[in-house]
Amino acid sequence: MQAKNEFINKKVTYKALVIGVSAGGLNALTAVIPNLPSNFPIPVVIVQHRKHESDDYLIPYLNERSYLKVVSASIGRPLESGFVYVAPSGYHLFIERDATFSLSIDDQVNYSIPSIDVLFDSAAICYQESLIGLILTGANNDGSLGLKSINFYHGLSLVQQPDTAEYSAMPKAAIAVSRIDHILPLHDISNFLTTLVLSK
Amino acid sequence: MIKQVELQHFEINQLLEAIYFRYGYDFRDYARASLERKILNRVSLSKLANVSEMNSKILHEPSFFNLFLKDMSVTVTEMFRDPYVFKKLKSTVFQQLHTYSRINIWHVGCATGEEAYSMAILLHENDLLKRTRIYATDYNNHSLDIAQKGQYQKEKIEPCNQHYLQAGGKYQLSDYYHSKSHSISFNDSLKEHITFANHNLMKDQVFAQMHLILCRNVLIYFNPTLQSKVLKLFNESMVHRGFLVLGDKESLEFTDEKRSFENIASKERIYQQKGNL
Repeated sequence: MQAKNEFINKKVTYKALVIGVSAGGLNALTAVIPNLPSNFPIPVVIVQHRKHESDDYLIPYLNERSYLKVVSASIGRPLESGFVYVAPSGYHLFIERDATFSLSIDDQVNYSIPSIDVLFDSAAICYQESLIGLILTGANNDGSLGLKSINFYHGLSLVQQPDTAEYSAMPKAAIAVSRIDHILPLHDISNFLTTLVLSK
Repeated sequence: MIKQVELQHFEINQLLEAIYFRYGYDFRDYARASLERKILNRVSLSKLANVSEMNSKILHEPSFFNLFLKDMSVTVTEMFRDPYVFKKLKSTVFQQLHTYSRINIWHVGCATGEEAYSMAILLHENDLLKRTRIYATDYNNHSLDIAQKGQYQKEKIEPCNQHYLQAGGKYQLSDYYHSKSHSISFNDSLKEHITFANHNLMKDQVFAQMHLILCRNVLIYFNPTLQSKVLKLFNESMVHRGFLVLGDKESLEFTDEKRSFENIASKERIYQQKGNL
């Protein structure tokens, strides 16, 4: 009977959205995050490549423009809906199996810290089929293996349509490495996500 | 059917038990996600089929365990990382340190030693180094060897001059080392005041009464249980009203030891033990 029930309830309930973005990220994020409604029912976690600085303008910039609260991801904090968490610069960001954050300062991955692959791999283990992964604009190939992990655990993989990206290398790299569920133009992404997670 | 992620979790638990049983290093209370990543990297680099295969190598080949230990120890560090922290130490904690005739400072998890040398320079410029003993500890002997030599690649140290100045440095960083073609060596006058030693937070105890403990970006690798244990150790290792500095994303906020300390500089994560305890 177990198998039959699983078959009937095959509609997935998503529990988290992870986003990886690099060069050109400010415009891309501004086109997505402020358009997510205040009742967006799942937490959003972003890795945006940038230099390690003590003053970080990205978080207040997005927060002022968004319905959701945009904050820095901090150690031990449980992921909650209503929040957009941004990986602090200079640290790798992980999601533990109990859906709390942890950080590390280890070697760069794909010349990056934080690295998108690091976040995506750990998120895939935590959320498995209930995870949505999204790769936006960027000039390198970070995130492509992470998105592959999300696919491996049967999560949903999304990529910004390369010709709508300021820098197309990162979306293209993701598409080259694994099967992608949906390739979306930048300005359709927030609607797509909202419909996906709000429809019953 | 058991899921792959659950199987892997089980295998990693077994591996950590094996390491503890065989070598006495206790990684069981480490934050799991970054640990899992390092273990899987090692599995892949050593071309092993899975974690269980690694388990057997760990048990039977000490040289393989040493390799893993090197993977595990964090060696990413730089001179005057987050210079604003050093600047704040200078304007707050140093004034208190001036009231002591002898000063003990502990750099916990010193890796290759850059932070200990940074501190020695700042103490020197504020007329405190003469009476200070800096203990810089790590569990990785390979890192400690580098730290002890005080010799670094030139291109890693030279760009830190800017951080040194932002930290309130009065001269030039290059005044404190002599250069060879590709490397630099810090002056003996700094080294004389630093003791590099092996200390393992997972099992070792208090070894002196400290006036200032710096433990930056070490707790991030621990789960809440180990964090509390280590913070308790720090609390017992200090003089009355001693100081504690954590990394810029670490805090005492969700720990038991919060009661024992007051936060005297929030952005810089500088804490002082409360009086009347």
